[in-house]
Amino acid sequence: MRGFVTLEGVRHAYGGAGTQLAVDNLTLAIEKGEFAAVVGPSGCGKSTLMKLATGLQFPQNGVVTVAGEVVEKPVKIAGMAFQAPTLLPWRTTLDNVLLPLEIVEPHRKRIRRDRAAYRERAEALLAQVGLDGAGDKFPWELSGGMQMRASLCRALVHEPQLLMLDEPFGALDAFTREELWCVIRDIHAASGVTIILVTHDLREAVFLADRIFVMSARPGHILVEKQIDFPRPRDLELTYAAPFQDMVHELRGHIVEARK
Amino acid sequence: MPTSLAIRAAPWVFVIGMLVVWQAAVAIFAIPPFVLPPPTAVAGAIVQYWNAIWYESLFTLGTTMAGFLLAVGFGLALGLFIGWSRTIYAGLYPLMIGFNAVPKVAVVPILVLWFGIGAVPAIITAFLISFFPIVVNVATGLATIEPELEDVLKALGASKLDIMRKVGIPRALPYFFGSLKIAITLAFVGSVISESIASNHGIGNLMLQAQSQFKVPLIFAGLVVLAVEGIAMYAVMAWLEKRMTGWAHRSTGFASS
Ligand SMILES: Nc1ncnc2c1ncn2[C@@H]1O[C@H](COP(=O)(O)OP(=O)(O)O)[C@@H](O)[C@H]1O
Ligand SMILES: [Mg+2]
Repeated sequence: MRGFVTLEGVRHAYGGAGTQLAVDNLTLAIEKGEFAAVVGPSGCGKSTLMKLATGLQFPQNGVVTVAGEVVEKPVKIAGMAFQAPTLLPWRTTLDNVLLPLEIVEPHRKRIRRDRAAYRERAEALLAQVGLDGAGDKFPWELSGGMQMRASLCRALVHEPQLLMLDEPFGALDAFTREELWCVIRDIHAASGVTIILVTHDLREAVFLADRIFVMSARPGHILVEKQIDFPRPRDLELTYAAPFQDMVHELRGHIVEARK
Repeated sequence: MPTSLAIRAAPWVFVIGMLVVWQAAVAIFAIPPFVLPPPTAVAGAIVQYWNAIWYESLFTLGTTMAGFLLAVGFGLALGLFIGWSRTIYAGLYPLMIGFNAVPKVAVVPILVLWFGIGAVPAIITAFLISFFPIVVNVATGLATIEPELEDVLKALGASKLDIMRKVGIPRALPYFFGSLKIAITLAFVGSVISESIASNHGIGNLMLQAQSQFKVPLIFAGLVVLAVEGIAMYAVMAWLEKRMTGWAHRSTGFASS
């Protein structure tokens, strides 16, 4: 199977063989540079899919590949962000953003020496998500939306080829969420990074994604795969257009079906 | 600001108020001094026996601090070990609870058997009684790292040691410094218990002797000295906590006791 991220016939159970399956016969392929969204009933294995694709969990059956290689250890070329921003409260926003560079090679070796250059990179990222000048603030001084932006920067700072977003905007109010849609849209357009977005929000999925995967109830597998062809760059106005709403409506039908 | 002044004056007002009530109660109800001596008599005893009190209180402070410092070292090490993995945490936690459930007074006779009477049993009792909260707090701080954050770092290839250094240990610090306040208080309990059972020195022993000689004001003087030492050390720990982990008091989600 070809693709930048592929899962083929993947089965996984957290408790080991014989325990209840989280996903089963999960097969999908995501192209390089693609923006993929995964939707499905809760507990169906969406987060499990993310863990399998980043090498945090390994399948019982089937194969997972990323960038052409079978995943047998943490992939290191991925950045992740979750619903909880999980910023470290004792670090400033900028130092939070720099954290991955203290872990991942080759930056890990260089960061002490090239701190100034890395700070510049982090500051540029912060500016890109609308957090210019917030680098010296501590997380508790930031609103929820700003923390999420910082968390995105942390996911992006090591220039990952793959960005994994697991319900990143679930805790935000509707306006902030739409602002962040645009932030993600622009990041994707500017960097060409491959993105996998798990979400409950079907409008979010349709607005952002090139392709949407609908998962079945546990044990999860792909029920429906939907190409979204609205031209880019997409504007928030699109979300009020009839074809958009039809698409959301159709997906909703699939989810209702999946929950049965 | 009058309110902040009032808040700062309040502890003193209450202490003085308590002393006044105490003195008045003794006078009004004609309580004999061998039952409850008035504060003035206690103050008199402190002055009269100052040399002994001074020496014995330093002795107690010494054994307490020695036991406490041992507890800090050992508690940190064991806490790091237990908090290192959730499996170790789950396995050793019940054992720790069981250990803590043993009343430490019961251990003193064994310590005397092994080490004789004096400073050593006092130090060890102080250590035994005070290391538990340190271990539990450090281990809890480490073991309750958000799984998502761990995933973020693991996906980058972070080792367990990386995660501990970057997240676990800084995160456990407020728990650790918070536990020191509890630990120092308990350390005094341990050393004084041991001194009053098995020592020729220390405030515990001084009070026991005062009791056998019916010097009731001196017993109370011993209590006052212990209170002063306890409060002073508690204040030092509280100050240290604030100094080292100020960030934890700004952000939510961190317990400190
Ligand atoms: N660490 C874990 N240990 C055991 N079971 C888990 C673990 N994580 C998830 N599961 C189970 O696997 C199933 C899929 O979980 P998850 O992938 O988190 O679902 P989703 O993200 O779609 O809500 C769920 O039923 C959940 O209970
Ligand atoms: Mg999930």
